Amino acid sequence: MTDGASCALPLLPSLVTLAHGGGGRLTEQLVDATFRRAFDNPALAARHDGAVIAHAGVRIATTTDGYVVRPIVFPGGDLGSLAIHGTINDLAMCGARPLMITAAVILEEGVAVDLVQRIAGSMAAAARAVGVPIVAGDTKVVERGKGDGIYVTTTGVGVCEHPLDIQPARVVPGDAVLVSGDLGRHGIAVMSAREGLAFDGAIASDSQPLWAPVAALLEAGIEVHCLRDLTRGGLAMALVEIAATARVAIELRERALAVDPAVHGACEVLGLDPLHVANEGRFAAIVHAEHADRALAVLRATREAAGAVLAGRVASGEGVTSTTAIGTTRVVEAPRGEQLPRIC
Amino acid sequence: MKYVDEFRDPGAARRLADDIARTTTRPWRVMEVCGGQTHAIVRYGLAELLPPTLELIHGPGCPVCVTPAAILDLAHDLAARPGVVLCTFGDMLRVPGTRTDLYGVKAAGGDVRVVYGPLDALHIAEAHPDRDVVFLAVGFETTAPANAMAVYQARQRGIGNFSMLVSHVLVPPALEALLAPSDRRLDGLLAAGHVCSVMGLDEYRPLAARHAVPIVVTGFEPLDILQGVAMCVRQLEAGRHEVENQYARAVAPDGNHHARALIREVFEVVDRDWRGIGEIAASGLGLRAAYADHDALRRFGPAPRVAAPATECLSGLVLQGRLRPTECPAFGTRCTPDRPLGAPMVSNEGACAAYYHHRRAAR
Repeated sequence: MTDGASCALPLLPSLVTLAHGGGGRLTEQLVDATFRRAFDNPALAARHDGAVIAHAGVRIATTTDGYVVRPIVFPGGDLGSLAIHGTINDLAMCGARPLMITAAVILEEGVAVDLVQRIAGSMAAAARAVGVPIVAGDTKVVERGKGDGIYVTTTGVGVCEHPLDIQPARVVPGDAVLVSGDLGRHGIAVMSAREGLAFDGAIASDSQPLWAPVAALLEAGIEVHCLRDLTRGGLAMALVEIAATARVAIELRERALAVDPAVHGACEVLGLDPLHVANEGRFAAIVHAEHADRALAVLRATREAAGAVLAGRVASGEGVTSTTAIGTTRVVEAPRGEQLPRIC
Repeated sequence: MKYVDEFRDPGAARRLADDIARTTTRPWRVMEVCGGQTHAIVRYGLAELLPPTLELIHGPGCPVCVTPAAILDLAHDLAARPGVVLCTFGDMLRVPGTRTDLYGVKAAGGDVRVVYGPLDALHIAEAHPDRDVVFLAVGFETTAPANAMAVYQARQRGIGNFSMLVSHVLVPPALEALLAPSDRRLDGLLAAGHVCSVMGLDEYRPLAARHAVPIVVTGFEPLDILQGVAMCVRQLEAGRHEVENQYARAVAPDGNHHARALIREVFEVVDRDWRGIGEIAASGLGLRAAYADHDALRRFGPAPRVAAPATECLSGLVLQGRLRPTECPAFGTRCTPDRPLGAPMVSNEGACAAYYHHRRAAR
């Protein structure tokens, strides 16, 4: 036996690795060390899904997002619908009514025109469904091998028509944490399609626009403190970020959270935590405690958030904890990098 | 979910915890051998349910943690070669050798692919006859049958461009090494259920007898682990040291004959270096000479001799249950999950990360 000197030391890479793209702490570290430092300004520092800027008495929200999903078509959606839903949702999470979208598309030499037409059609259909026009765009073609079929970047502009200041820093101890539905379907649907995995029952992505349930909360006069869609890194990432920004603790009740049995099974097999798996049609709403029951009723009355649950509450302290299925407490961590199946 | 939710029932967990508390009259240190059990203990906060005098020690059963740097360095060299496709399980990507990790090799242009099993790698080899496809095979006895099957099929079907870089380890020799020192700091063992579903119980009986230590073969759900602990504590309190099987729904006393025959056909027992622990005689599996054509170590090796990098990390002692993570001078200060000095602080399954998180939760 030797001493313990040869343990596995994680290295800080000089190259960007795929782990930097997982939406976890490594993504944060990369962005902090590069773009956030370079662009530093108050709107960016709010660490929200989009930026809200007041101009001439109007609060304008804007957001931008790149979409590189593989496969381009997956159960429950495709790259086009995903891009439009994601942009609408980022605006909705600012409490902003979406007004318009622009899109930049990068095509790889050799991609089928039929596929490009399909993506254009599903972008148009997704935008039309929420009454938001796609008003400008840009198309570039790169050499074969320099892209992965189709990449789409969308930018959205919206307007806040209510007096609330919705952002993580507004979250205070006592607030209620609502989650708009079951967790993990998008991530498992895409992973299954990508890797050719077959699980019991077809798992379709939850990708959908979330402006309607957010609008319902605002119209009902709910005191909304923060909204966050549960995309890369899942519910865990969203809540860990909010807790860190607001300097509060968040206590989840795991039994309250819904996970489809097929998603649950896939997560068990792959060694994934459903709290870490991506969603594209789910969000967390953190509201004033006294409005919790009414907010839940309002959400459940909408098609998009019919499965909403009261998932937990905000307390003083730090970090996110969860009451487990057997009644103990565990710390909920942000996923570190990509969601990959574990060996054991 | 059927066959899972039954083993996560809060009422039954409470009853088992009460049973353990009633039985325990003295301080005991029980080691769970497998990283999967450590994961469940942390995931379900099981330590919270146990009396304070009963300490769970996390064992060496994390194949990712114990894979030696020399094998990883060879894997990284191979992955960087043009014409080579390196396939492995997802959690091997972040494990560093002495210079880089597979994420880094991939970012620099290496062809690294995450697969869900060794047969996927075999299919890649079939689909790309012009490439050398190497599967990095790590793990305990549990994953050995599937890996053996992939090599066996490669030979049967003449898939000459498929090879395996084998770093398999065996549980009983590692337990022997942990139990032998006279100053050992553990009283009972929870053996890894899945390993025993292949190997059976027989290898564990001499260990229990020779070292006077109770060994309970245990599953991976919260109630499995609590029941395993309860059985272990009952033995300790009664002064018994037997091999018992908590995980009888998956483990037959004599294991799985077919799987073991396949392992014997393809693999032979070899000496193996355990990262952080050192070389343990006859503690690993390597490919037999008959399968040399599919042995990446013979085709591309030998693995480079590497000096252990100088670090403050004492994970080797932690993995042997000889040092509590909180006793490490770097714990929670210079070493945290965000800035880890060693593998056990990296993942939620790691012993150091487990202690770190539990302490935070308790606070």
